[in-house]
Amino acid sequence: MRGQQKKNGFYIALAAPGVLWLLLLFIVPFYAVLAIAMGKLDRLFEVPVAVWNPLDWSSSNVINVSRDLVGGTSFAGPIVIRTVVYVAIAALLCLVIGYPAAYFVARFAGRRKALFLILLIAPFWISYMMRMLAWVDLLQSGGYANKALSWIGISPVNWLGGKSVTVIGGLVYGYIPYLILVLYAGLDRIDPALIEAGRDLGLGRIRTFTTITLPMSRQPILTGLLITVLPMLGDYYTNQLLSGAASTSMIGNLIQGQLGTPGLEGQGAVLSLLLLLVLLIPMIYYVIATNRSSQVAS
Amino acid sequence: MTAATAPRGAARPMSRWNPRNPWRHPWFLEGFTWLYLIWSLVPIAIAVLFSFNKGRSQATYQGLSWHWYFWDKTNSVLHNPQLHAAVIQTVRLSVLTTLIAVPLGVAFALGINRWRGPVPSTFNFVMILSFVIPELIFGVAMFFVFTVLFTSVHLGTLAEVLGLVTWNVSWPAIIVQARLVTLGRQYEEAAADLGANRFQALRRVMLPLLAPAIFASAVLVFSGVIDDFVIVDLLSSNAGNTPMSVIIYSTQHGGNSGPALNALGTIMLVMSFVIAIIGYLGYRFLTRGERGSRIEALTTIAGSEG
Repeated sequence: MRGQQKKNGFYIALAAPGVLWLLLLFIVPFYAVLAIAMGKLDRLFEVPVAVWNPLDWSSSNVINVSRDLVGGTSFAGPIVIRTVVYVAIAALLCLVIGYPAAYFVARFAGRRKALFLILLIAPFWISYMMRMLAWVDLLQSGGYANKALSWIGISPVNWLGGKSVTVIGGLVYGYIPYLILVLYAGLDRIDPALIEAGRDLGLGRIRTFTTITLPMSRQPILTGLLITVLPMLGDYYTNQLLSGAASTSMIGNLIQGQLGTPGLEGQGAVLSLLLLLVLLIPMIYYVIATNRSSQVAS
Repeated sequence: MTAATAPRGAARPMSRWNPRNPWRHPWFLEGFTWLYLIWSLVPIAIAVLFSFNKGRSQATYQGLSWHWYFWDKTNSVLHNPQLHAAVIQTVRLSVLTTLIAVPLGVAFALGINRWRGPVPSTFNFVMILSFVIPELIFGVAMFFVFTVLFTSVHLGTLAEVLGLVTWNVSWPAIIVQARLVTLGRQYEEAAADLGANRFQALRRVMLPLLAPAIFASAVLVFSGVIDDFVIVDLLSSNAGNTPMSVIIYSTQHGGNSGPALNALGTIMLVMSFVIAIIGYLGYRFLTRGERGSRIEALTTIAGSEG
């Protein structure tokens, strides 16, 4: 019994700094957000006042936010709907483009697999801002995109002037490498013998794919979609760089905008907690799913 | 990891091109993949090219020069104090964060993995949550904790490092734990049987065995900080503590800084690639006695455990 305790003591000492760090700089900060969300506003200086005792919590921020979200004069409601639509389209496009590429590299790249992998992984190593800057260069009024269009006789388009297409395209471009990497890892794990067996039993290419490969890639598809959807929902920069217009703003822009605005910071806190609440279930699902798959793999 | 080499090497009476051959090469898929790769990489190549542009334009090619890196006396990365400071700040944040997050995460992984009880599993769960939570939500929490609670930590370099360490500590914690699971307990038990105490077993047996995982996580933390945007955007306070990614973001939609921004982005890209190459070669070196393949090293360095 004492031996067990002594043994634990060594490991507790090892884990303690990390545990303390997470407590102070991960759990406490979220309590701070809650204290501000449920807190009051200093009317004189327009700064949020955190209320630490749950008994004294006020609901004024929550009421303000719910008024913004629903009802006749709500301005945040349409932004939420727009965000969901943008993210859904972008995630779907990521999957439609990413799956064939990941499938090809996992199954058919053969000896050239390392080359393809390097090329697939490269965007992962390039700063997101640099990748967006590249598109700003291409899409600006005198950029190559418009030059190409005028070359085939189409008049130039103001791509960066608040176009949904540009923002969705930017989201797809930005997050697809993460999805492809997850899909590749999942597809690579499928035993080729299963596919051979399907073929030997007389299935054609397409039937083999739909009866064997696709069902077996359900898990990577789900986790891959999550790994792209979660950051997209907190994205404010893609949209800001590629459009900057209010007509394309998303939840991320709303929260980030309220963060620097006197008097609105409390509402920003409420919104970010609401977003967290909505995403908590998919996040936990992701954690459990990846845990399970890594146990199966090892 | 099982390499999916399809049995195309078997005797093939039919040509790879014959559409009736069930094992023919999927040319359509390959073409699609190349199109994807072109779409994904060519814009960046063009942006890099523009960083060497002679003129001010980020849209029209006007000839090669180092103008925006060194020669322009006011706007080049070397001479513009803001851009210059950004490069230094990015390097400073990467080094500091890696130095703190990696030992912290490795010790956490070792302790949590062996310590039995409800506390370690709870905190392991918290750590994994910190890995998947959207960065904006995390950044908002950091912003508030430093502006209303730990107010002696002013927004700036210290706040940035604290935020980045918390955000990145999950890399070493997750990767080292995965490695611990594959290693099992037998090495530690053998060391104990041979008379090592727990500390000696850790230092002389476990740490060398964990070296590839620790190294890979250091590479991921370092490059993750170079590319980080949201946390540093929310926690920086003035030009002196604003790193490169934030400069590219804030200058691009505010003004006309010309190809110097592309130069800044190219510097980030080169830094990341150098780290990636060091990471790949170092990982291969550290795992040289093992059966791991080139592919495995590649995916590990990209943060995918395959």
